[in-house]
Amino acid sequence: MEYEKIPAEKFRFVQENEKLHDTELQTKARGFFADAMIRFSKNKSSVIATWILLGLMLFSILSPIISSYSIWERDRIYLNYEPYVPSIAKKGLGFLDGARTFSNQNEASMNYWKGIAQETGLDPVIRQVNQYAYTVKERGKEVTKYSYDLEVNNYYALGILYRTLTYEEYEKIQNWQNETGIQVIFPYVEQKDINGITDKPNIWYAVDSKGAAKPDKEGNLVPVYSTRQEIAGPEYHSIRIPSDPGNYIYAYQKSGSLQCRILYYNYYIYMNGHEPSYIFGTNSGGQDIFCGIGVGARFSILFAILVSAINLTIGAFYGAVEGYYGGWVDMLLERISDILSGVPFVVVTTLFQLHLAKKVGIVPSFLFAFVLTGWIGMAALTRRQFYRFKGQEFILAARTLGASDKRLMFKHIFPNGIGSIITSCALVIPGVISSETSMTYLGIVDLSSFAGTTIGTLLSQGNAVVTTAPHAVLFPSIFLGLLMICFNLFGNGLRDAFNPTTRGIDD
Amino acid sequence: MIKYVLQRILYMFFVFMIIMFMSFVLIRMLPLPALAPNDPHTEILEIRREALGYNKPYLEQFWIFIKGIVTKWDWGTSEKLYIGRDVWSVFMEKLPATMIVNLYSILWTIPVGIALGVWAALKKNTWVDYTISTLTMVVISVPSFVYAFIIQYLLCFKLRWFPFVMKAGTDYFSWAMFKSIIPPILALSFGVIAGFCRTTRAELTEVLTSEFMLLARTKGLTKTQATVRHALRNCFVVVVPGIFGEFIGIIGGSLIIENIFSIPGVGGLTLAAITNLDYNIFMLSTCFYTAIGLAAGLVVDISYGFIDPRIRMGSKK
Repeated sequence: MEYEKIPAEKFRFVQENEKLHDTELQTKARGFFADAMIRFSKNKSSVIATWILLGLMLFSILSPIISSYSIWERDRIYLNYEPYVPSIAKKGLGFLDGARTFSNQNEASMNYWKGIAQETGLDPVIRQVNQYAYTVKERGKEVTKYSYDLEVNNYYALGILYRTLTYEEYEKIQNWQNETGIQVIFPYVEQKDINGITDKPNIWYAVDSKGAAKPDKEGNLVPVYSTRQEIAGPEYHSIRIPSDPGNYIYAYQKSGSLQCRILYYNYYIYMNGHEPSYIFGTNSGGQDIFCGIGVGARFSILFAILVSAINLTIGAFYGAVEGYYGGWVDMLLERISDILSGVPFVVVTTLFQLHLAKKVGIVPSFLFAFVLTGWIGMAALTRRQFYRFKGQEFILAARTLGASDKRLMFKHIFPNGIGSIITSCALVIPGVISSETSMTYLGIVDLSSFAGTTIGTLLSQGNAVVTTAPHAVLFPSIFLGLLMICFNLFGNGLRDAFNPTTRGIDD
Repeated sequence: MIKYVLQRILYMFFVFMIIMFMSFVLIRMLPLPALAPNDPHTEILEIRREALGYNKPYLEQFWIFIKGIVTKWDWGTSEKLYIGRDVWSVFMEKLPATMIVNLYSILWTIPVGIALGVWAALKKNTWVDYTISTLTMVVISVPSFVYAFIIQYLLCFKLRWFPFVMKAGTDYFSWAMFKSIIPPILALSFGVIAGFCRTTRAELTEVLTSEFMLLARTKGLTKTQATVRHALRNCFVVVVPGIFGEFIGIIGGSLIIENIFSIPGVGGLTLAAITNLDYNIFMLSTCFYTAIGLAAGLVVDISYGFIDPRIRMGSKK
C-alpha cells in the first residue's frame, strides 16, 4: 500500500460525531496594551494627574500665544512688578491689581501718593490695610499723628519719569496725545523749585529739603511748575493739565534734545498700543512671567522627552547586548557603565559646557551631558530582563528553529520585558526636568539666549527678589511642583498598569 | 566576607582613579585662564604652572599631579578665587558648614521617616496610610528647592522666625548658628523623610504579609511582639543600608540648598569655581563628589552583607 498517495476523500475526523471541549475562546482576545490601558483608567489619581498634565502642557503651548508679549520683549522699567490686568483691576476684586503693600506710611508719604493721584489722575492707593496712631511732641504740644499700611498699585505708583526726547519724538507724542486724548507729557518742574531733589520726578509741589510736601493752610499741595518760556524749546500744542493757566512749560531744552516729565503708564500705552497687562507679573528681566513659564515649560518638556527617547534607545541596545551575550562582553560593558555612572552629573554638565558649548552650541552640549550617563539605569533594567528570559524554554525552542541572535533579542526577549521598560520611561521624564531645572537655576547652563527663558532661570531670578516681589518665584514654583507631581503620578499609574503581577487582582 | 569587602574597595579605587584621570585630562585641556599682569602672585603661579608641567603630555601631568598628592597631599593652588592659597585648606574650611547642616537634618529625619513608614504600613488601607502615602508621593515629586522658597518666604520673611541666610563665622555649635541653619535643615528634611517613609512602608507591608508572620502569630506571639521581633528586623535589611548611604551623603550636601541659603559650604565653593573657572578647586570638587558617590554605593553594598545573614552566607560559597 502506498502511503504517499492517499486521496483526500479517504480522510475523516476522528471525533467527527463527538463534542469538542477545547473550542476556540468565545470572548475577544485582549491585547497587552489594551489591557494596560483598562487597568490604568481604573486608577483614579493617575487619570486625574494625566488630565492635569495635559492641561499644563496645553498651558505651555497656549500661554505664549495668549500673552500680549513675546519672551524676547523686555520692559526696562517694569521690573519685578506684580500681577496686573487693567480690566480686572478696575473691578476692585482684590487680585490682579498690581498691588504691593507699603507699610508704615507717614504723612509725608501719604502726600506723595496724593501728589501722584492729583497730577496724573491715576490714584495708586488701592486700600488701607491698617492704621496706627502715635503721638509726637511738636512745639511743646502733644500731637496725634497717623501712619498707614497701604496696598498700592505699583504700576500707578511709578508715576512720572524724566526722559530725554528728540524733537521729532516730542512732536510725535504731542500728535498722539491730540489723537487719543491720553496725556503722556506733564509740565516741567525745575529742580531749584523743589529744593534740588533729583531722584523723585513725581514731585510737582513745594517741598522741604527732605522731599516732604509743604501744603498750604487748607492742606492742598502748592504747584511749582516752571513758567520760564526761554528754556521751553519748541511750542507745546497738545493737552495741558486742568490747573494750567496756559504758561506752564512742558519740556526743558538741553543740548539738542528735550528733557520731559512723562507719565510712564501712558508712555507705555503710546509705545505698545495697550495698557500693561501681566497676568503673573514681570520678573527682574522685565519679561512677562505668564509667557515665560509657558516658554520654559515647553522647552523643559520637549527636552526631557528628547533626552528620554535617546537614553531609552541607547540603554535598551546596550542592556540587550550585555544581557544576551553575558560572559566577558557583559563584564566589560558593565565596567564601562560603572565608571560612567560614578562621574557626578554637575561635573559632566560643566565639562561639556566648557568644552563643547562654543563648538556645537549650549543645548546640544547640555543634551550630551544628559545622554552620557542617563542611559545607564535603562541598560541595567534591560539587562535584568534579558537575564530573566534568555534561559527560558521558548527561547531555546526559537533557537532550535534557527532564529538568529538579532531575532531572538528583539522578537522574542525584548517584547517580554517591554512592560517594565515603558514604565521606567514615564518616570525618567520628571527626573530629567528636575535636573534640567536645577542646572539652569544654578546658572551652570544658561539657556536664556536659546529658549528665551527656562523655569530654572525664572526661579533663580525670582529667588533674588523674594522679599519684595514674591510672585516672581511663586508662579514658576507652583507650575513646576504641579508638573512634577502629575508626571510622577502618571508614571506610577503606568507602572501599576503594566506590572503583570497586579494583573487580575482587581478584576 | 573580608575578601569580598577588599575586592569591592579595590575595584572602587580603580574606578575612582579612572574617573579622576578622565576629568583631569578634560580639565587640563581647557584653555588656561589668563593671570592678572601686574599681580605679585602672577609670577609665582607661572612658575608653579611650569613645575606642574602644563606644557608636557597629559599623562606626565597626571603623574606629577598624583605624585604631589601622594607625597605632599598637594591638590594644587587656587588661581582665581583665593589666589595663591592651597586648594585643600580652602576646601577643608568650607566642609564643616556643609556637614553640620546635613548632619542635623539627617539626625531627626531618619527616625521620623521610618516611624511614619511603619505607622503607614501597620495601618495599611486606612486613612492614615492614604494620607501618609499621598504626602510622601507629593513630597518626593516636588524638587527640594521649591520647599526652600516656601520656607524662606514664610518662616524667614513673613514670620521672621529665622534669619534669612546662614550666620557667618565658625561657631558651629552656638545657638545663634543653630537657629540660622534651621531653614536649610527643614528644606533638606522633607525629601529624606519621604524617601525613608516610602521604603519602610513598602518593605514592611511586604514582610507583614509573608508566611513566617502567620507562623509567629500561631505560635502565640502578640501582634506587637511579632511585628517588632520579626517584621521590623526583616524590613530593616533594606532600610539600614539606606541610612548608611545617607550618612556618607551628608558631606556631599546639596548645591541648590546651599545656594539658596548662602551656606558657605563646598557646594557654594564648587559653584564659584565653575563660574570663575578656578580649575584646581573644580578638580578637587570633582574628586570629592566622585569619591562620596562611590563610597556611598560601596557602603550600601557591604552593609547588606553585614546585616542580612542570607547574603553573608551566600557570599561564602
